Amino acid sequence: MGVKNIMIVGVGGQGTLLTSRILGNLAVHGGFDVKLSEVHGMAQRGGSVVTFVRYGEKVAEPIVEEGCVDVLIAFEKLEALRYLHFLKEEGVVIVNDWRIDPITVVTGMAEYPEGILNTLRAARRTIAVDATRRAKEMGAPKAFNVVVLGAAARYMGFGKDAWMHVIETTVPPKTVEINKKAFEAGYLMEPDSYE
Amino acid sequence: MTEKKILLGNEAIARGAYEAGVGVSAAYPGTPSTEISETIAKYDEVYAEWSPNEKVAAEVAIGASIAGIRAMCSMKHVGVNVAADPLFTAAYTGVGGGLVVVAADDPGMYSSQNEQDSRMVARAAMIPVLEPSDSAEAKEFTKLAFDLSEEYDTPVMVRSTTRLSHSQGIVELEERIEKEAVPYERNTAKYVMMPVNAIRRHVAVEERLKRMAGDACTMAVNRAEYRDLSVGFITSGIPYQYVREAMPEASVLKLGLVHPLPRKLIEEFASRVEKLYIFEELEPVIEEQVKSWGISKAVGKEIFTVQGEYSANLLRDRLSRSGKGAGESGPSTLAPAKVPPRPPILCPGCPHRSVYSVLNRLGIHAAGDIGCYTLGAVAPLNVVDTTICMGSSISTLHGMEKARGRDYIRNWVAVIGDSTFMHTGINSLMNMVYNQSSGTVVILDNSTTGMTGHQDHAATGKTLKGEVVLAINIMNLCRSLGIEHVYEVSAFDLDGLAEAFRRETQRDGVSVIITKAPCVLLKGVSFPDKCVVLPEKCKKCGLCLRPGCPALTKSADGTVTIDETMCNGCGLCAKLCKSGAIEVQPR
Repeated sequence: MGVKNIMIVGVGGQGTLLTSRILGNLAVHGGFDVKLSEVHGMAQRGGSVVTFVRYGEKVAEPIVEEGCVDVLIAFEKLEALRYLHFLKEEGVVIVNDWRIDPITVVTGMAEYPEGILNTLRAARRTIAVDATRRAKEMGAPKAFNVVVLGAAARYMGFGKDAWMHVIETTVPPKTVEINKKAFEAGYLMEPDSYE
Repeated sequence: MTEKKILLGNEAIARGAYEAGVGVSAAYPGTPSTEISETIAKYDEVYAEWSPNEKVAAEVAIGASIAGIRAMCSMKHVGVNVAADPLFTAAYTGVGGGLVVVAADDPGMYSSQNEQDSRMVARAAMIPVLEPSDSAEAKEFTKLAFDLSEEYDTPVMVRSTTRLSHSQGIVELEERIEKEAVPYERNTAKYVMMPVNAIRRHVAVEERLKRMAGDACTMAVNRAEYRDLSVGFITSGIPYQYVREAMPEASVLKLGLVHPLPRKLIEEFASRVEKLYIFEELEPVIEEQVKSWGISKAVGKEIFTVQGEYSANLLRDRLSRSGKGAGESGPSTLAPAKVPPRPPILCPGCPHRSVYSVLNRLGIHAAGDIGCYTLGAVAPLNVVDTTICMGSSISTLHGMEKARGRDYIRNWVAVIGDSTFMHTGINSLMNMVYNQSSGTVVILDNSTTGMTGHQDHAATGKTLKGEVVLAINIMNLCRSLGIEHVYEVSAFDLDGLAEAFRRETQRDGVSVIITKAPCVLLKGVSFPDKCVVLPEKCKKCGLCLRPGCPALTKSADGTVTIDETMCNGCGLCAKLCKSGAIEVQPR
């Protein structure tokens, strides 16, 4: 198989590092070569953050180039739009229908774009997920990122058992149960029934 | 037993040091190098510490090496400057136990104040440099660095970059080799660098580098990969991966040892390929040497930039634009959408925001320093006017006062974090006292090294290994310098802060205001409260929005809403609201 390119985007503090770690371990578990690339430090402080995961027979570059991403996982809508041009034409974007205003919007220097989901849909295959609300209902608002991951899992070619095994061995022991539940919720979510 | 694990470049460097039998590791945190120490601290066999700064860390490692133990210090590129004094002379003394210096550069400046190239520093210091290109090599090269250090009697630098340090890849774990301590013998000619000895050691250093350059031609880490001979690349580190990605058919001379260079190997490679490119991020360190040998067909910075981070796309693009290479441009893409930028900001509940909101209201400028609080330079806080390097805020303010007098800085303070104060700020404060300065120093004490991800330091009462120790008291430390006016104020006591800032900036002489509240991301800090808007009372004035807390948003009707999942209940917005429309409630 060729190299599969996953890109995870969000706002610093949304847990992109944990989700990329789950994906990385999943690829190792599947017997692939894998490289991940993440951002630490200043950029993490509420800024726009990007993580790449690449797996396949042999991976050279740890980053993914514009136009080469197979699955774009976005924990926030504006960030999905910001990085949409990284997607291949046949790629898919899994987007958490959640808005976090950047400081430029809070201070009135810029406007938060209207109708982002429609813009995404017009350009590329788009799966919108109401993950934050769902995670809140489950009493685990911070696990929304794993709900999104569950929804994205359908597009990545690993069996559900493999996902569950890797979640068990990757997340902090205290949070295994809630993360498995969150994954299940995302995995079973009917994307079409949600607008 | 071998086990395969997916590791960050930094974790792999730490693993390599562990397997090589390292006994002592010292560092000061700095992105992108921090995780090296955090990882190595987990091995019981290794003594690991956070030192107050990189100079101290390097000296600790040098001492351990002289005592015959394998030792390491790790730092970000600008930390190499701080450590430069001991490192340049450690190159003269050579080592007892293997001595490895890890320098993590930051092309693209993801989290740094400059983009300097540590290979240049290593060349100036006459220290050999190994440069790995992925996590597996990061482990292997670190082990090799210890062997080379002992074989050639020199400190060895392992140079990483952000992309290597913060990428993960598969690494095969091996057992640790326990090294016996090298027996100590008094040898002043080697270890006492006074002129008579140093003059001789300088000769030894030059000879050593020459010998190593010759040996480098047959070292396995320097590898010619001959494929299509019409185009060849000399490259190293992460850029090697970009070449392999963009031009898998091209011939490559992959250098693992980038200082000193294997001249014969390079000359042979250059003679066999038709077109020759030198592909190295940042400065033309390899290129200038290669060209100085008369290899004039080499193309490097004529088409590749000295700025920022490279990628496979950049390689393709520059080759096709210059019309020189076989590069194809990358796949066509959508145009990037026009969206509002999302720069980094202080977290909800961050005590720095509270302090800055007061300084902003009073119209006070700040000579700033390195840390999360550098973000006080940008809108809407707009308090910080200068940021140079670790510890510079206090001396910058002092320099301004000496240049223009006390009145010129009446509406100025220096702001510095607790960890940065312990790093090098203390020296500058001594200087203010000694040289009869007048000025106000604000120590933003959040009880941690925040931006690098919460590392302890001498004033937190905990070591890298997790031991509870005596916490140096910053207030007493300042008083011990003879400063009479040292005050502690809660970072969320807006009135107390305003009063202290007004009073102290009018005072002649040195004064210190320590603003205290723990970083909201610090482990063990709990948030019993949340801030809630009472929409019927909201006058839509926007006062609460001014400090730029990301948990607050203006709704369509102009009232403010607070995102409960983001709010940490610090209460700053509630204190700013004049109409009582924000309540702090138990969560």
